[in-house]
Amino acid sequence: MISPSTTFFRHEPRRNQLVNELWKAQQRDGHITEQTMEALSRDLDISLIEIQGVVSFYHFFHTRPTARHVIYLNNSIISKIKGYERIREALERETGSRFNTKDRTDTFALFETPCIGLSDQEPAALIDFHPFTNLNVMKVREIIAALKDGKEAADICDQPADHIRYLPPNNHTIFFRPYTAGEGLGRAMVLSPGEVIKIVKTSELSGRGGAFYPTWIKWDGCRKQKATPKYVVCNADEGEPGTFKDRVLLDREPGSVLEGMIIAGYAIGAKYGIIYLRAEYRWLLRKLEATIQQFYDQGLLGRAIRGNPDFDFDIRIQLGAGSYVCGEETALLESMEGKRGEPRTKWYFPVERGYLQKPTIINNVETFAAVARMMEMGINNYLNRGIPGSPGTKLISLSGDVRKPGIYEIEWGMTIAELLGHAGAEDPAYIQLSGPSGECVSMNQKHRRISMRDLLSTQDIRCGGSFMVLNRHRDIMTILLNFSEFFLKESCGICTPCRAGNYIIHKKLQKMANGLATQADVEEMRQWCHIMKETSRCGLGKTAYNTPLMAINEFSDYFSEKLEGAGNGMNLKFNMDEAISDYEKYKV
Amino acid sequence: MKNTRSEKRVTITIDGKPYQAAEGRNLVDAAKEAGVFIPSLCYFKHLDPPLGTCRACTCKVNGRNVPACMQRVEEGMAVEVNTPELIDIRKALVEMMFAEGNHFCPSCVKSGNCDLQHMGYELGITHMRFPHLFRDRHTDYQSRRMVLENNRCIKCRRCVEEVFTDQGKRVFMYQNRGIETLVGIDHEQEALLTEAQAEAAMNLCPTGAIVVRGKRVAKPFGLRSFDQQSEQEDYGIRWSANGDRSPREKKMVATVSLAGCFGCHMSLLDIDEEILDLVDLVEFHKSPLTDIKRFTQRCDLGIVEGGCCNTENIETLREFRENCDILVAVGECAIWGGLPAMRNTIPLGECLEEAFINAQTNDEGEGRVPYHEDLPKLLNRVYACNEIVKIDYLIPGCPPSASHLWKVIRNILWGEEFSVLYHEFKYD
Ligand SMILES: Cc1cc2nc3c(=O)[nH]c(=O)nc-3n(C[C@H](O)[C@H](O)[C@H](O)COP(=O)(O)O)c2cc1C
Ligand code: SF4
Ligand code: SF4
Ligand code: SF4
Repeated sequence: MISPSTTFFRHEPRRNQLVNELWKAQQRDGHITEQTMEALSRDLDISLIEIQGVVSFYHFFHTRPTARHVIYLNNSIISKIKGYERIREALERETGSRFNTKDRTDTFALFETPCIGLSDQEPAALIDFHPFTNLNVMKVREIIAALKDGKEAADICDQPADHIRYLPPNNHTIFFRPYTAGEGLGRAMVLSPGEVIKIVKTSELSGRGGAFYPTWIKWDGCRKQKATPKYVVCNADEGEPGTFKDRVLLDREPGSVLEGMIIAGYAIGAKYGIIYLRAEYRWLLRKLEATIQQFYDQGLLGRAIRGNPDFDFDIRIQLGAGSYVCGEETALLESMEGKRGEPRTKWYFPVERGYLQKPTIINNVETFAAVARMMEMGINNYLNRGIPGSPGTKLISLSGDVRKPGIYEIEWGMTIAELLGHAGAEDPAYIQLSGPSGECVSMNQKHRRISMRDLLSTQDIRCGGSFMVLNRHRDIMTILLNFSEFFLKESCGICTPCRAGNYIIHKKLQKMANGLATQADVEEMRQWCHIMKETSRCGLGKTAYNTPLMAINEFSDYFSEKLEGAGNGMNLKFNMDEAISDYEKYKV
Repeated sequence: MKNTRSEKRVTITIDGKPYQAAEGRNLVDAAKEAGVFIPSLCYFKHLDPPLGTCRACTCKVNGRNVPACMQRVEEGMAVEVNTPELIDIRKALVEMMFAEGNHFCPSCVKSGNCDLQHMGYELGITHMRFPHLFRDRHTDYQSRRMVLENNRCIKCRRCVEEVFTDQGKRVFMYQNRGIETLVGIDHEQEALLTEAQAEAAMNLCPTGAIVVRGKRVAKPFGLRSFDQQSEQEDYGIRWSANGDRSPREKKMVATVSLAGCFGCHMSLLDIDEEILDLVDLVEFHKSPLTDIKRFTQRCDLGIVEGGCCNTENIETLREFRENCDILVAVGECAIWGGLPAMRNTIPLGECLEEAFINAQTNDEGEGRVPYHEDLPKLLNRVYACNEIVKIDYLIPGCPPSASHLWKVIRNILWGEEFSVLYHEFKYD
C-alpha cells in the first residue's frame, strides 16, 4: 500500500519532485541556497537556470537567508479594512524587523502575502505557516514575546474557527449533513461509471471553482480517453482573495472531498488522485493526511476498493508554494510537475493531455464534495433544493463589513439583499462577488438572485464562492488598487497583454486615484482593459480588469468626482517642479 | 509541417471570402498560403504545441477572439482578420511590446533584421499609445560568448523551448514572474553550445535580445532582411493618405531641434534640387535654418525634432505649440524620447555622478555637477513631446528619409496624395 502522504506515486518522474525538494531544503536551511540548487541540478539532471526559474516563480521560496520565524501578513482588502496597518506596525515594533527583511538577530523575517483564506477572521497572519487570526496589537505583542521565549509557532497558533453561519432551512443543507465515510461511494459503485456521470449531469453541477463549467462534460470527456493512467486532481488552491469555503470544507468535511475524488476516479477510470493544496493551508495537511489514512484503513482507498477487484485508487497531496495563478487548472498541472506555474495553451485540454500528458480531470474542492453528497442523498433529494436551472446549494465565503463573517450555505436563488440581511451587513455600499476577478455591484443590484445562470442576466447573478461586503465609508479607488496590485504581482508573465497590461493599467488607476485622470483616461482604460480581456492567455488576464470597468459604470457619481476637468489640449499634465526635483539636489 | 498530397482540403472563410486550406493546418500558415497577412512573433512552425505567448496573431474565429496560432483549420471555420477592431488590437499588442521593453533601434545589432521592428512597420506603428515603462532591465554579459539583452526581449519563449545542449539541457529559462519576468541564461550550459548552436540561438530570437559576441549583421542598410519588402502586397495602399488638393498657397514653417542630434534637420535638407521648388512653397520662420530666434508671427506648421530633456526644451516646445497651427513631431526622439531616453531607466543622480564625478577623466575629488541659474535644468527623465503638449502628427524614423518627410508635410499642408512605402517607414 502506498503511504497516504505527500510522497509521490512510484511511477511519477523524479523531476516532478522539484517543488517538494525545494520545500524540504527551505525548511532545513531557512532559504534555498546556491548549493541546494546546484545539488538539485545535478541530482535531477536539469540545468541550474531551470531550477532558478522555478524558485523565482513562487513567492514562498526565498533565495536570501530568512530567519528562525517567518511571518506572512495578509494584505488583502479585507485585512486592510480590519486593521492591517496597525498590525504591520506592531509586528515591526515587536520583532525589531522591517517588512521584506529580517531583524539583526535572525529571529524574525516579515513579509506580506495575498489573501491566506482567513477573511472571516482578519487581520490574520501565518507564522511558520501556522495560522494566527483576529490579530490585534496586544495579541501581536504576546505572540512575539512567546516566540522570543523559545516557544514554537505550532504550539501557540490559533485553530481557525469554521464559522458556519447559515444553513438552508428545512434541513436542506447538502454539505454539512451528517457524514459517514463510504456511503456515497457505495451507492455510486453499484452503478456503472456511465450511470454515475449521468447522475452528475442530471444534477446540473457545474464548476464550483468559479468557471461554472458543467462537471459531467469534463468527466465524460475523460472517461472516453484511451490513454492511461488517468488522474483526478482536486484543486485546493483557493487563491481568490476573500474566498475560504474550500478551507472550511477541508477542515470540517475532508472525507466528503476525498470521497468525491474516489467517485470521480471510478467514473472516469482513474487510479490516481492528487490534491493540490495551497501552501497557505499547510496547517490543514495533518488533518487531511489523517483522513486519507482512515480511508485506507477502511478500504476506501488502496487496492480493490469495496471489494471491486478492478478498482484501485490512491490519493496523495501536493503542496503549492505561493502563486495565485497556480489555481488555474493548467498552471496547476505545470506546478504539480515541479515547474513554473505558467498556464498552458488551449492546444490540448487536460482531459486529453493533463498531468504528465495523461487524461486528467481537475475539479474544485466543493465540486467533489457536492458529488459525494448527491450520491449519498440521492439525486432526487438533491434536485429538491435551489431553483429551476440552478438546483442545489452553494457555499459562500462572506467577509468585510458584516457582523457575522463566515460560511453561508445558501440555496441557489437567494437574493443579495437576503444574504446581506442574514450576515448583518452594516451600511453596505460595495459588494465584490467571486473575488477580485469577479464582479462588483452596488446596492442597486440587491434584488438579484444568486444562481448559476447566465452572466449577462439582470435578474440573476453568479457567485463563485465569495462575497466581500464594504460599507459606504470605504474608498472605492483603494479597493480597486488593492485588487490591481494583486493581479500585477500574480500574473505569471507569459503572455504580453497580461504581463505588460496589468502594469500599465495599474498605473492608470494610480493616476486616477491621484486625481490626475481625465475622461480621456477613462476611455483609454476601457479600451486597454478590453484588449487585455480579449487577448490574454488565461483567466487571470481575461478577468483582471472586469472589476474596475464595472465599478466605473456602477459607481459613476464617485468616479466623476475623481476626474479632472479635461485639459485645455495644449498643456497636458506635466509638473515641471517635480520633473527637475532630482536635478535641484545638485544646486550649489 | 508536412504537405502531403493526401491532405484533406476544406473550405474556410477569411473575412467573408472562401478559401481552400489543408485540414488541421495551423491557421497562421493557412492564412499565409491564402495570401492573408496575420502578424505573428512567437509562432514557430515546428513547435507542437505552439507557444501562444505574444498574442499578436489574435483573430476572430467563429465569433471568438483567439490567437490564430492556436487554431487548426477545420471545415467551415469562419475567420475574421482585418476588421478595424482586430487590426487595432493586434497593433496594440505590438505597441505594448515596444512600450514594455527598451527598444533603441538605431543602436541595436538586430535593427533591420528584427521581427519585432518589422511587425512595427507592417502594422504602421508611429507611436505607442501606452506610456513607455522604462524599467531597468538586466543585461547579462557574463557568458563567454553571448550577451543577453533583456531590454529587448519580448518573452516569446522561443529560446526557452528550442535551445538545448547536446546533453538535452536547457540554456535559457524564464525567471521571476509578472512584469518582472525575464530570460535567464545558464552560463555553464551556454559554454557547452557549439558555435553553430549559439548562432542559431541568436537567429531564432525574433529581437536583438540574444547576441553572440563578435557576430554582427554584416549587411549594409538597404539590404537587410526588412529594409525593402513588406509581407503585405497592399502595404502602400493601406497606409496611403489621400486628400483634396487645395491651392498651394505659401506656408510659414518653423522648426526646432530639442533633445535631438540635428539628424532630422539634416534629413529635411537632403532632397537635393527639389529644395528649389520648396523655397517657392514654404518660408522658414523661427528655425536653426534661418537663425530667427523669436516668433513674430503665427506659423502654419511647426516641425519638432527631439524630445525634452531640460527646462528649456519644455519652454521652447510650449512656445511652438502656442505659435503654430499644426505641430509635427519628427523622428524617434521627438515621438518617444529616442536615444536620449536611454538614460530613462537610470535615476538622474546616477547618470550625473557617473558623467561628472566618477568619470575616469576627472581628477580624484575634482568633479562636480554643473549647476547655474543660467543653465537649463535637467529633467528627471527625457519626455516625449506629446507628454508636454498636444502633437498633431508623428513621423517616425531615425531620421525619417527626406522624401518621406516632405511627402507627409506636403500632405499635411496642401492635402497632396501620397502613399507610404514600406522602405520609407523606418525606426532606424
Ligand atoms: C487565475 C485563476 C485562478 C484560479 N484559481 C482557482 C482556485 O484557486 N480554485 C479552484 O477551484 N479553481 C480555480 N480556478 C478555476 C480553475 O481553472 C478550474 O476552472 C477549476 O479548478 C475547475 O474545477 P471546477 O470545474 O470544479 O470548478 C482559477 C482560474 C483562474 C483563471
Ligand atoms: S493571462 Fe496572465 S497569468 Fe494568464 S497566462 Fe497570460 S500572463 Fe500568465
Ligand atoms: S531592432 Fe528590434 S530588438 Fe532591436 S531595439 Fe529595435 S525593435 Fe528592439
Ligand atoms: S530572448 Fe529572444 S527568443 Fe528568448 S524569449 Fe526573449 S525575445 Fe524570445
